[in-house]
Amino acid sequence: MRKYLLYGFLIITGFLTLAPFIWMLSASFMFDGHASVFPPRFFPDEFTFIQYETLFSRLDVSRNLLNSVLISSMVTVVSLVFNSMAGFAFAKYRFRGKDTIFKMLLSSMVIPSQVTMLPLFLMLKEFGFLNTYMAILVPGLANVFGIFLIRQYVMAIPDSLIESARIDGATDFQIYYKIIVPLAMPVMVTLAIFTFMGTWNDFLWPLIVLNDSSMYTLPVALANLMGEHTKDPELMMAGSVITILPVMMLFLVLQKYYIKGIMMGSVKE
Amino acid sequence: MKFKPVYFFLAPALTAIFVFFFIPVISAFIISFTDFDIYAIGDYSKFRFTGLDNYFKLFDNQLFWKALSNTFYFVIISGPLSIAVSLGAAMILNSKLVKFKGIFRLVYFMPVVTTLVAVSIVWRFIYHPEFGLLNYGLSFVGIEKIDWLGDPFWSMPSIIILSIWKNFGYNMIIFIAGLQNIPEELYEAAQIEGANGWQRFTKITLPMLAPTTVFITIITMIGYFQLFAEPYIMTQGGPLDSTLSIVLYMYQEGFRWWNMGYSSAIAFVLFVIILAGTLIQMWVQKRREA
Repeated sequence: MRKYLLYGFLIITGFLTLAPFIWMLSASFMFDGHASVFPPRFFPDEFTFIQYETLFSRLDVSRNLLNSVLISSMVTVVSLVFNSMAGFAFAKYRFRGKDTIFKMLLSSMVIPSQVTMLPLFLMLKEFGFLNTYMAILVPGLANVFGIFLIRQYVMAIPDSLIESARIDGATDFQIYYKIIVPLAMPVMVTLAIFTFMGTWNDFLWPLIVLNDSSMYTLPVALANLMGEHTKDPELMMAGSVITILPVMMLFLVLQKYYIKGIMMGSVKE
Repeated sequence: MKFKPVYFFLAPALTAIFVFFFIPVISAFIISFTDFDIYAIGDYSKFRFTGLDNYFKLFDNQLFWKALSNTFYFVIISGPLSIAVSLGAAMILNSKLVKFKGIFRLVYFMPVVTTLVAVSIVWRFIYHPEFGLLNYGLSFVGIEKIDWLGDPFWSMPSIIILSIWKNFGYNMIIFIAGLQNIPEELYEAAQIEGANGWQRFTKITLPMLAPTTVFITIITMIGYFQLFAEPYIMTQGGPLDSTLSIVLYMYQEGFRWWNMGYSSAIAFVLFVIILAGTLIQMWVQKRREA
């Protein structure tokens, strides 16, 4: 009896969680005006791709999709290299001021990024980086969370592996990319998903530094579109599907790594 | 002296963080004591140090207090509710009676990975007073149509509901891990002693989860104080400034009106609040352990 009650509850809450997505998907395949009806429809009355056609042909969303893909990939690759190198250094080397620097980095995590936005904006303006991919890449080059995650993982790799490689004549850089990187691959994948999704979903910073509609990422383009199409749920839902679908697919494929990352991030020092 | 390889590994990340994080933080602090505005952006010689003027102006401004109280309203209601929902979901999914845990966990987690801007747009239509899904659902239990985003009383609760839906899956995962670390013997012993379900929950589950809960409370609070995209997309801070958040106010002052000195002061108030909140949480945790 209790079991069926639990299942009933789980299924109802599961449906409530998914209902917004189901409605979004359904409305995105409707003609103009067909989603503004009472009662709301969970299936299109007449199925059409017209909203997607409008987005790609007239509103040039493919350009924004490309921006999002390129920016998120760039940030992911570069920050992965920077963070993994620093994480390796903090895990396996001894150097002056190591603990102080690491503690400083960790405590800086309490500073909200909004504090940096105004000076960073002025700085990027001086460099001529506004309205370019660089404006997003530059603040994302490295981050404390990434360094921390890599360090935790690399610390568990036995020192003996590094020492025997050194005896065999490996240089420090060879140790990094022939031993550390392959062994730390699971945590690198985890960090890559976090970074990619974080950059893809980010809104405030791209909104500030990208002012030309051809440079917009999907969320900024979508927010902008919303201003002109408040009364067009069908079009807006198609736009939302395009924005959400890539990250959702990525998550479904790599969910094991993503979930692990949450757990690792929550391990206390 | 030989160049040490460790610096080669450290330099890129530390330089980037120093130049593009620490320097901006310090600059923002300095700018918050100046009258830096749109004229100064064109010509850096055009700003003056004005001491604490921005902070005085801020504390004199009704709109700032409105944004502050809105944000606190959001954090204080949405935070505990999110955490409670996360814990509830985690406990049900941790129950031995339930199979297909993976599927339910996946479903509950789905909103977490989606784009906030996109789901805010979806929910804006869900909250539509005439055609929205929510009012339709509520009509089955006899609740009259509510103008969710148009009514200053309901606008913030609307944002709270959205944020709980969006975020509870994340903390749920952390709680599940925490629950799995509680030794089964504790519950068995309590059962033999005759403790009922509620007693087991309050005397075993909650205390054993305390470190997890403190961690979750801190990250949830830090995230929630930065409320921005939801009001930006759904209400633009309205109606009657009822959903104007601190970050939205900072954005408007800084990047719409280019009052950068004033806007930096707002950012620092946000920083001080988050810092204070974090320190209080950590202090509570220390006292528990002592």
